[in-house]
Amino acid sequence: MKALRDIGLASGAAIVGAAVLVAVFAPLLVPHDPFAQDLSRRLLPPFWMEGAREGHLLGTDQLGRDYLSRLLYGARISMLIGIATTVASGLIGIALGVAGGFFGGRIDDAVLFAITARLSIPLILVALAVVSVVGSSLTVVVMTLGLLLWDRFAVVARVSTMQVRNLDFVAAAWAAGCSRSRIVLREILPNILSPLAVVATLEVALAILLEAALSFLGLGVPPPLPSWGLMIAEGKDYMFFSPWVIMIPGVALFVLVFGINLLGDGLRNLLRTGRVA
Amino acid sequence: MSAAPIIDVRGVRRSFRVRQGLFAAPRHVAAIDGVSFSVGAGEVLGIVGESGCGKSTLARVILGLLPPSAGEVLVDGQRVADMDRRARARLIQPVFQDPFSSLNPRRRVRDVVSMPLDAQGDVPAAEARRRVDEMLARVGLDPSMGERYPAELSGGQRQRVAIARALVLRPRIVVCDEPTSALDVSVQAQILNLLAELRDALGLTYLFISHNLAVVEHVATEVAVMYLGRIVERRETSALFGAPAHPYTKALLASVLTPEPGLGIPDTGLGDAMPDPSNVPPGCSFHPRCPVATARCRVDIPATARVAGGQSDCHLL
Repeated sequence: MKALRDIGLASGAAIVGAAVLVAVFAPLLVPHDPFAQDLSRRLLPPFWMEGAREGHLLGTDQLGRDYLSRLLYGARISMLIGIATTVASGLIGIALGVAGGFFGGRIDDAVLFAITARLSIPLILVALAVVSVVGSSLTVVVMTLGLLLWDRFAVVARVSTMQVRNLDFVAAAWAAGCSRSRIVLREILPNILSPLAVVATLEVALAILLEAALSFLGLGVPPPLPSWGLMIAEGKDYMFFSPWVIMIPGVALFVLVFGINLLGDGLRNLLRTGRVA
Repeated sequence: MSAAPIIDVRGVRRSFRVRQGLFAAPRHVAAIDGVSFSVGAGEVLGIVGESGCGKSTLARVILGLLPPSAGEVLVDGQRVADMDRRARARLIQPVFQDPFSSLNPRRRVRDVVSMPLDAQGDVPAAEARRRVDEMLARVGLDPSMGERYPAELSGGQRQRVAIARALVLRPRIVVCDEPTSALDVSVQAQILNLLAELRDALGLTYLFISHNLAVVEHVATEVAVMYLGRIVERRETSALFGAPAHPYTKALLASVLTPEPGLGIPDTGLGDAMPDPSNVPPGCSFHPRCPVATARCRVDIPATARVAGGQSDCHLL
């Protein structure tokens, strides 16, 4: 059982690590310019199918762009959106949750109300509305998702803060004359980071999936940026005769999100068996 | 008791709001109810009582961690509630019961002990380092321990770290809230001896809270017995242990001789009716469990009577 978990954690870390490396070094790795079109080489199949051409390992899309290059650049978009969204939503959620848990009383009531209000908002619908009003761009997608995905951070940060706040070492810090901000930053925050790290992995995965969904609906990142969701959307008209155009980005998306979730699960088990606080 | 008390608790009451449901009106439960006493410099006042009697709440009020609902606490002549947090920290420090929750698990021992110095904001780093090393040596820890995390230390070592943290600012008063009850018996004696040594060497005043009467008899110069948020007897240690005046004190002392030592909370022989602070009986709050209660005890709140070496609240004195 333990070995199985370790395998999960290791493979999750390997997948995420590989995706990060690919995202960072995409310009060095790609065999072709991911934006260069070549109409004479449209919808070439990948290497394991008949009719594959040298130099296009994963074939080409409907505009003759190299699919491997677009896939690698797509990893950049996915990772960027996943991480940027999680940072933004993490800042909002942790600030709200810690404030509610630490101060209690009316502030906590307000935080709880905000969380409840946020949970009653349908995510995709609001994202769609915002994007259709403001227009779609990478920044808008990150901002919109960042402003929507903070609820789990807030819930976890609030509960963890409430638990830590009442421990004796916090009382000792008060008695030692520490300021409120020192107590929050030095005594409480370091002790609630482990559950928050687990939430962060879940949020990265969720943000990547949401971006793909939005891009598929044509409201995510605008073309010609190679997002995996957009690649699936653009490929859907050709899926009957060239199924790889949606299969390849779909599998990439699945593997990445699966890897992130494995990593999150592994982290959670590691932290649970490790320390109490 | 010497002339000017260093701790002066005047009519302190602390109640908590208890909400029982969204629409139920909140009730107020008094954890301490009209407690007054003073402690002279260099004394050790032991505070004993069953769990739930308000001992720890009293400690937190005196430390300034909880504001009193009524009354005031004066430490060295100043109201604790009005003191600057840094000045208060230089005067009075706590040692808590559980050394496993009283040290931040994410910080090294050195940083834990240094925290009160850092909070002062004007202690240079080199000076802080020197004082931390000195303090670690003083509580019997090797300075190399400073680089470890609390999880790597034993319970006794952790409590030594907690004591070092409490003393690094050279306070005059230390509030020890059950400092040994979470420790192994063999380690308890070491910690008690350390506290006694430090008191002599540094001229400290202790407020020593415990449910363990044997420990209190060992360390305290005076003892206050609490029951349901009130002090029912307050006397010099030898007088109290030699001739207890209040029926509750008598029951507590009798319980020390039960055949199962080390169980922590003493069996008072008063039945299982745990006192309920949210439903304090009228008259003398102890009368439902008192073996010698009279009709008057159910109606009148007893006044404080003088007894040899102190005072006690009981109609029968």
